[in-house]
Amino acid sequence: MDLTTQSTLLTWTVFTPALGLAAILALYCLRPILRLSQPAMDQAARGIGLLASIAAMGLSIALWADFDGGSSSLQFIHRFVWMKSWNIEYFVGVDGLSLSMVVLTAFVFLAGAIASLPWLGKLDDHHPHFTKKRVPGYWVLFLLLETGVLGTFAAEDFFLFYVFWEIMLLPMYFLIGIWGAPTRKDPDGRTRGGPYAAIKFFLYTLAGSVLMMLALIAIYYASGPATLADGTQAPHTFNLVHLTAQAHAGTFVGAKAILGIPFVHIVFVALFLGFAIKVPMFPFHTWLPDAHVDAPTPISVILAGILLKTGMYGMFRFNLQIFPTGLAWAAWAIGVIGVINIVYGAFVCMAQKDLKKLIAYSSVSHMGFCLLGLAAATPQAVTGSIFQMVGHGIVSPMLFLIAGVVYDRAHTREIEGFGGLAHKMPEYAAITGFAFMASLGLPGLAGFVGEILVFLGAFSAQGGIFRILVAIGALSTVITAGYYLWTMQRMFLGPFNHRWQHLWDMNWRERLALYPLAVATVVLGVWPTPVFDMVRETVNGLLAALPAGM
Amino acid sequence: MHEAAPVLQDFPLLFLVPLLPLIGAVWNGLAGSAIQRRFGRAAIHVPAVLLPAGSFAISLWAFLALAGQPHGTALYNHLWTWLPVGTLQADAAFLMDRLSGVMALTVAFVGTLIHVYSIGYMRDDPHYWRFFSYLNLFMFAMLTLVLGDNFLLMFVGWEGVGLCSYLLIAFWWRDREKAAAGMKAFVVNRIGDFGFILGVFLLFWGLMTTPASRPVAAAHGGKAAAAQHEEGGAGTCSATGGTSVTFRCVEQLLQDPVKRDRLVNHDIAGVGLITLVCLLLFVGATGKSAQIPLYVWLPDAMAGPTPVSALIHAATMVTAGVYMVARTHFLYTLSPVAMTVVATVGALTALFAATIGLFQYDIKKVLAYSTVSQLGFMFLAVGVGAYWVGIFHLMTHAFFKACLFLGSGSVILGCHHEQDMRKMGGLRKLMPITAVTYFLATAAIAGFPFFSGFFSKDEILWKAFDSGNILLPGGGMILWAIAAVAALGTSFYMFRSYYMTFSGEYRGAAGGAGGPALQAAGTDPAHGPHDAHGPHDAPGALDAPGALDAPGSNVGRGPLTPPPDAPGSLDAHGPHDAPGSLDALGSNVGRGPLTPPPDAPGGHGHAHVPHESPWSMTGVLAALGFLAVAGGYVGLPHLWHLPNAFEAWMEPVFAGTAERVTSAGFGHGVEWGLMGFSIVIAFGGFFAARWLYKDAANPVPARLLASGSRLVQGVHRVVFHKYYVDEAYDATFVKGSLGLSRALAFWDTRVVDGLVNLAGTIGCAFSFLQGAIDRVFVDGMVELVGRAVQDAGARIRRIQTGRIQAYVQGLALGALALVALAYLLAW
Repeated sequence: MDLTTQSTLLTWTVFTPALGLAAILALYCLRPILRLSQPAMDQAARGIGLLASIAAMGLSIALWADFDGGSSSLQFIHRFVWMKSWNIEYFVGVDGLSLSMVVLTAFVFLAGAIASLPWLGKLDDHHPHFTKKRVPGYWVLFLLLETGVLGTFAAEDFFLFYVFWEIMLLPMYFLIGIWGAPTRKDPDGRTRGGPYAAIKFFLYTLAGSVLMMLALIAIYYASGPATLADGTQAPHTFNLVHLTAQAHAGTFVGAKAILGIPFVHIVFVALFLGFAIKVPMFPFHTWLPDAHVDAPTPISVILAGILLKTGMYGMFRFNLQIFPTGLAWAAWAIGVIGVINIVYGAFVCMAQKDLKKLIAYSSVSHMGFCLLGLAAATPQAVTGSIFQMVGHGIVSPMLFLIAGVVYDRAHTREIEGFGGLAHKMPEYAAITGFAFMASLGLPGLAGFVGEILVFLGAFSAQGGIFRILVAIGALSTVITAGYYLWTMQRMFLGPFNHRWQHLWDMNWRERLALYPLAVATVVLGVWPTPVFDMVRETVNGLLAALPAGM
Repeated sequence: MHEAAPVLQDFPLLFLVPLLPLIGAVWNGLAGSAIQRRFGRAAIHVPAVLLPAGSFAISLWAFLALAGQPHGTALYNHLWTWLPVGTLQADAAFLMDRLSGVMALTVAFVGTLIHVYSIGYMRDDPHYWRFFSYLNLFMFAMLTLVLGDNFLLMFVGWEGVGLCSYLLIAFWWRDREKAAAGMKAFVVNRIGDFGFILGVFLLFWGLMTTPASRPVAAAHGGKAAAAQHEEGGAGTCSATGGTSVTFRCVEQLLQDPVKRDRLVNHDIAGVGLITLVCLLLFVGATGKSAQIPLYVWLPDAMAGPTPVSALIHAATMVTAGVYMVARTHFLYTLSPVAMTVVATVGALTALFAATIGLFQYDIKKVLAYSTVSQLGFMFLAVGVGAYWVGIFHLMTHAFFKACLFLGSGSVILGCHHEQDMRKMGGLRKLMPITAVTYFLATAAIAGFPFFSGFFSKDEILWKAFDSGNILLPGGGMILWAIAAVAALGTSFYMFRSYYMTFSGEYRGAAGGAGGPALQAAGTDPAHGPHDAHGPHDAPGALDAPGALDAPGSNVGRGPLTPPPDAPGSLDAHGPHDAPGSLDALGSNVGRGPLTPPPDAPGGHGHAHVPHESPWSMTGVLAALGFLAVAGGYVGLPHLWHLPNAFEAWMEPVFAGTAERVTSAGFGHGVEWGLMGFSIVIAFGGFFAARWLYKDAANPVPARLLASGSRLVQGVHRVVFHKYYVDEAYDATFVKGSLGLSRALAFWDTRVVDGLVNLAGTIGCAFSFLQGAIDRVFVDGMVELVGRAVQDAGARIRRIQTGRIQAYVQGLALGALALVALAYLLAW
C-alpha cells in the first residue's frame, strides 16, 4: 500500500484548534502591551475559540467533500519520521471510520463552542456561570481538547495515537474540575462535585491508558521490521498499517505467550479494557455519571458526543483491525457485556432523579449497542455500530444541551421538582420531546438506524447466543420509552408548578447550538446514505480479515 | 402455482399520499402558533384539511388507476434507498396493491372527514394549530404504514402512529391523568413493537440462512432466484439469497419449497420458526390493535379529544394490526398454530371487552370497549384465513365506529363535556341529527340486517364456524360460539348507550333541580357551570349504588387538579378550571362558552341546555351515518346470489395462499341458519336494551344493583373495574420494573461505584502507609519518632488532597515499568 504523503489538509484540520489555542496564548502574553482589559481579553478568547471551531468544521467538511468512499484505503495521508531513535512516525490519514468521527468531532465541538458563549441570551446574573470564569484558560483547554480528539481519530501511528489519547485526558480533567460544579455533599454525605468527578475521571481513564501502553510496548517489540517514511529500515514499527499487515500475516500468532496466555489474547484484552473504560463498558462506567453531572454543559456535550466514541473507535481500529482473531475469540463475551450495558443502563436510568444523570446513564445504554455491533461483526452490525456512534454523537449532545438549558435557569435538575414546564417553556418542551424521541429510537430519526442495523446484523451473526442477546437487548426499547416519557411527564406535563414562574424559554444561543443537531438527526434518520457511503468500504475491509466462521 | 409477485406499475405520485399530510404537519407544527395568532383559525385548518383531502384525491386516483389494471398489478413508487447495508436493502418506496389501496382509501377518507369535524369540535381550543399538526402527522404515519413497501418502512409508520397517538391522547397535557394515559399508550405499544421487530428479525434470519441439510442446493437456488430478478431494477426482488425486506419478495421467496420448508420445519425450542415469527408479529398486533393482553391502553386513550378517539382509536390506527396480519397472510397461512392463536385471541378479546362494555357509564368508555371487541372480531376473521372479511369488517367498522365516536363527541360537546350517560337522556329532541346518525351506526354495529355491520360481522361468524384451520377441539364452532355471545353483548350495550343517551328526559344539570345550581354557578366561579356533579344531581334510580363505583376513572380526581393557573397564561384556563371539575377536561374546561359565539354573551344559562352541533360536525355525521348503512353493500353474501364486489376485488391479493385456507364444509342450510341466528342475536340485544333502558323507565337495572346479593354486587364490581387487569399489571410489570430499576441503581452506586471508590480509598491508605514507612523508617533514623507523629495530621491532609494522583501515577508507572522489564527479560 502506498503510504506516501498525499496532502496536509488533515494535519491542518487536526491542528487548526491548536492554532487558535496559540493565538489566545499569544494574545494573553501580549495583553500588557496591547493594554487589553480583562473583559476584552475574554471576548477575544471567545471569538478566537469560536472561529477556530468553525474553521475546523469547515476543514473537516472539505475532507469529506474530497473523500473517496469507494476505497477502503487511507486517504489524506501525511507522514514523516518523528522520532527516529524509536521508529516513531508522524502519520495521519483517514478511512471512512476515522472520517465519520472527524466530521462528527468538528460538528459537536462547534455546538459545544456555541454553548460555551455567554452571548445571545440572558444569563442569570445571580449565579456564577462557567462561561464567565477564567475565560482564556477555558478556551485554551477547550481547543487543546479538540486537537487531541481530532488527532486521536486521525493518527495512524500507535505512538502518535497514544500521545493524542493522553492529550485528550488533561484538558478534560481541568475543564471538569475548574469549570464544573463546586464541591458539595450529596444526600448520603459523600463528597461530590467537579473536583471529585475530575479526579475520578482522570484516574480511571489513566488506568485504561496504562493497559493500553502495556499493549503498545508489547506489540512494538513483537512486531517485525518495516520501512519508515524516510525509506530506512526499522526492526520494529508503530505504524498501524504495517502492524495490521503483519498481524494478518501471522506475525503475532507466533509471539511469545505472556503468563501462559497467548500473546494475541492478552494484548487484545489489555487494549480492549483500555478502550472499554472510555466507552464506558459495564462495570467500568461509574466515572461517567459523576463526570457528566458535574461537568459544565459544553463539556458534557463533548464528553458524551465524542469522548465516548474514542473508546469505540479504538476497539474498531485496534481490536478489530489488528486482531480480528482476538475479536473472534472474545466476540460472545463482548456481546454479552454489550447487552448488559444496554439493559442495565436502561434500568438504572429509570431510577434516576437528576436529569443529567439520567441522560448520562442513557449513554451507557446506547453505547452498549455499539459494543453489540462490534461483537457481532457482520456488515450490518458493524455499520450499525458506527452509525450508532454517529447517531448518539448527535443526539446525546442535544440531550445534554437540553439539561443545560433548564439548569441555567432553575439551578436544579431534580426531575420531580419540575412539572408542567411546557406551559412556560413550550419551545423547550418541544425540542426536548424531539430529542427524547430521537434517543429512544423512533424510526425516521438518527437513533433508529443504528439500533435496527445492530440488531438486524447481530441477529444473523454466527452463534445462537447473539439471537438471544438481541431479544434481550431489544427489550430495552420498552424501558427506554418508559424512562423518557416518564421524565417528559414529570418535567413538562401536568399542572404547572408555579415555583418556576420566573423561567423563560429558549434563547438564540441555545437554538444555534441545538437546532443544527436536530436537523442532522432528521436528515440522517431519513437519509442515512451519506454515512453508509462513507464507511461501506472501510467496514468491508475491516471484516475481510475476520477468520472464517465469524 | 399462483404467481405471487405483483407486476409493478410505476405511479410516480404515490409518495404524495403520505407526503401531503406531512407537509401540513410540519407547516402547522413550526409556524402554526404564529399563524393562528395573526390570521386566526381558518389559516390553520384550511391547509390542515385540504392536504389530507388532497391525499384522499390522489389515493382515489391511484385506486381507480389500479382498478383499470389487470389482476396482480400494483402501483409502485420508489424514492430512495433507505438502508442499503450488506446484503440487506430497505427502500423508501410505496406500493399500492388492492389491499393497501382499500386501506389507504379508508384511512384518507375517514381521516379527511374527521379533520373537517375537528374544525367544529376543537374551535375553542387555544392550541388549535397543535391539534391539526398532530392530526396531519398521524395521517402521514398511518398512510406510510399502509403504503410502505417493506417491513421496515411499515415499522416507521407503525411507531409513527404510536407517537401521534401519544401526542394526541396527551393533547390536554395539563391534566396529569391524560398525560399519563398518553404515556401508557406509547409504552404498551412499544411492548408490542418489541414483538413485532423481533418477529421481523427472526423472519429475515430464517430467510437469509440456508438450511443446514441442503447448503449447496439452497445456495444455488438463492443465486438463481437473484439472477432471475436482478435485471428488473429497483422494483423487483433483487436482493440475493432472500434478504430483501419487501412483503412481495418475502412472499415470492416462500414460493421456493426449500425456503418454505426451512421456515416451517425449523424448530426453535420446540416451536416452528414460522409459528414463532407469526406469533411475535402478532404480539405487535395485540399492542397496536388492543387485543388481550395488551388492550389496556385503549380505554385510557379516551382521554384524548373525541375526534382523535374516532380517527386513531377506532377507525384507523388500531386496525393496523389486522392490516398487518392480512398483509403477511403468506406467513400466517403457513402456521396453523399461529392462525389458531390469532383467531382465539380475537374471539376471546371480543367477548371479554363486550362484557366490560355492559357496565360502563362513560359513553366514550363504552365505545372504547366496543372497539376492542370489534377488533377482536376482525382478528377472528383473519385468524381463520378469511382475510378479505377481516378487511371488510375493518372498513365498515371504520364507518360506523367513526360515526358513533363523532356522535358521542357531538353529545359531549352538546352537554358541555359531560361523558356520563347517567347525566344525559332525552337528547333525541335536542340533537336530532346526532341521534339519528348514532342510531343508524348502532344498528350497524349491532348487526341489524341490511346495515353494513350485518354483512361483515355475519360473514365473520360464518367463516369462523366453517373454518377448517382451527386446531381447537370443536374447530371453528367454539370460536363461533364465543363470538356469537360477544355479538349479543354488543347489540345490548350499544343500544343501552343509545337509550341512556337519547331517550327519556334530560338528566343533566339543566334538569328540574338545576335551577338554583344555575345561579350558584353564575356567581361562584369556583363551581363552574360545567361542574355537573353538583348537589342538584339527584340520586336517580340509575345512580344510587353505582355511585360507589364512580363512573370511570375520571371521577374523584378533583383534588388532584391544580389550583387555577395564573390568569394571563397562554391557555387562559381561567377561573372556571376549579378543583371541583370532576370530569377534568383539561384545557377545554371552563374555557368559556362552547356554544357558538352569538350565544356566548348569554352566559351560563344557555350553556346548560344541550344543543345540536355546528354543520361541520353534523355534516360529517350524516356522511358517516350514510356509509354505516350503505358501506356494506360492496360485500353482499354469496348466499343471496348477489355479487360480492369486495371479495372479488381482494381475491388476487390472497390468491397465493387461498389453497391453504380450508373449510369445514358446512352447507348452505347451515349458513342460512347461522344468518338467521345472527339476526336473532342482533334483535335480542336490541329488545333487551330497549326494555331495560328506554326512557330510563325500567327500574330493573337499579333494583338489581341495589340488591344486597353478594353475587350481583361482586360480579358488577369486578366487571366494572375491568376485571382489575390494570391493577394487576400495575402491581406486577410496572411496580416490578420500577423496583428492579431502583435496585439496580442502588447496586450501581453502592457496589459497582463503591468498589471504585474503595479502590481509591485503598490507594490513599496505601500512599499514606508508604509515606509513613518512608517517614518512620527512613527519616526516623535522623528524626525523632515523636516528631513524626506530631506531623501526621498535617501529612494526612496533604496526602489526601493533593498528592493522590502523583502516588497512583507513580504506582501505575512503576507497575508498568516492572511488567515491561519482566517481559523484556523473558523475551
